[in-house]
Amino acid sequence: MKRFSLTRMAAGFAIGGAVLLSGCASTHQTLYYWGDYQHQVYGHFAKEKSPEEQIAKLEAGLEKARASGKRVPPGYNAHLGILFALSEHADQMLKYFEAEKKLYPESTAYIDFLLRKFENDKKGAGNAI
Amino acid sequence: MPFDMFNVSAFKTALLVVLAAGLTTGCATQTKPYDYTAFKESRPASILVLPPINNSPDVAATYSLFSQVTYPLAESGYYVFPVTLVDETFRQNGLHNPPEMHEVSLKKLREIFGADSALYINIKQYGTSYVVVTSESRVTAEARLIDLRSEQVLWTGSATASSAEGRNSSGGLVGMLVQAIVSQILESSMNQSHQIAGITSSRLLSADMPNGILFGPYSPKYKTDGNARP
Repeated sequence: MKRFSLTRMAAGFAIGGAVLLSGCASTHQTLYYWGDYQHQVYGHFAKEKSPEEQIAKLEAGLEKARASGKRVPPGYNAHLGILFALSEHADQMLKYFEAEKKLYPESTAYIDFLLRKFENDKKGAGNAI
Repeated sequence: MPFDMFNVSAFKTALLVVLAAGLTTGCATQTKPYDYTAFKESRPASILVLPPINNSPDVAATYSLFSQVTYPLAESGYYVFPVTLVDETFRQNGLHNPPEMHEVSLKKLREIFGADSALYINIKQYGTSYVVVTSESRVTAEARLIDLRSEQVLWTGSATASSAEGRNSSGGLVGMLVQAIVSQILESSMNQSHQIAGITSSRLLSADMPNGILFGPYSPKYKTDGNARP
């Protein structure tokens, strides 16, 4: 009897603690489908994850986002673009850069800047980005 | 058994009261209303976050935090420039350290990125310190949002998060609860400071925090916040 109550109290602690930790964030629906995005970005920066590994995870995430009816967050498609650039798939890179622009017109000037640079570098022999 | 002195339901009630008190003090401490005049005049739609400057001894700090800034800002309603691409662009232009990147002129940033605003972050603390029997992972950061069109400061803020949160808090009970939860989270993770950095990022850059940034255009709460009477 007592053991049971203590277990329930422990559960109460856990919920209470979680509420406290999340601070003021009330029950809240996210605007975007995040999937594994930030985790992959960290792996990318830390050089712990190869472009291929990230691409597999993030493209799978795109499917799940579609199923969930939510958009992927800012930068998601652009990050896929850079991953394809690194693995030298220019066609896929362009596809995802365009997707970022279409989803978020705020990125237009920047993506166009990158694409101009890409075209120029193609004429020379430089990097893709 | 310390619990023996309590009747269980009385204990639960007490617990609820303590938790509610914790929540109230946690959210409602707004001493002086923040001046959002410049922010409201600017209403940026997009934010270029520069790789944070790291003032801590842990070299992992910059990219640990940088990889976790998109979530709170995007969920607050802003377009956030793709962090990996932004970092690569600086590097391709010969800038390899955040302090150099932060020196780039606002005009140049506006030209390349076409962003409405730029967010400069300084990491004050990042890492784990070991004190006698316990260890603490703490991440503290400051941020400054600048309008790239008018070059005005729109907002500044700071936040901290720690794995030892609540350990010494008044009341003791709430502290124990939080500590138990945090320890649980941390036990399941090799990288304590990185997890804590995620909490710091959310506290620093979420629009629903006291004195935080305002909601952006993609949020359903756009233009509903920031001191009803301007």
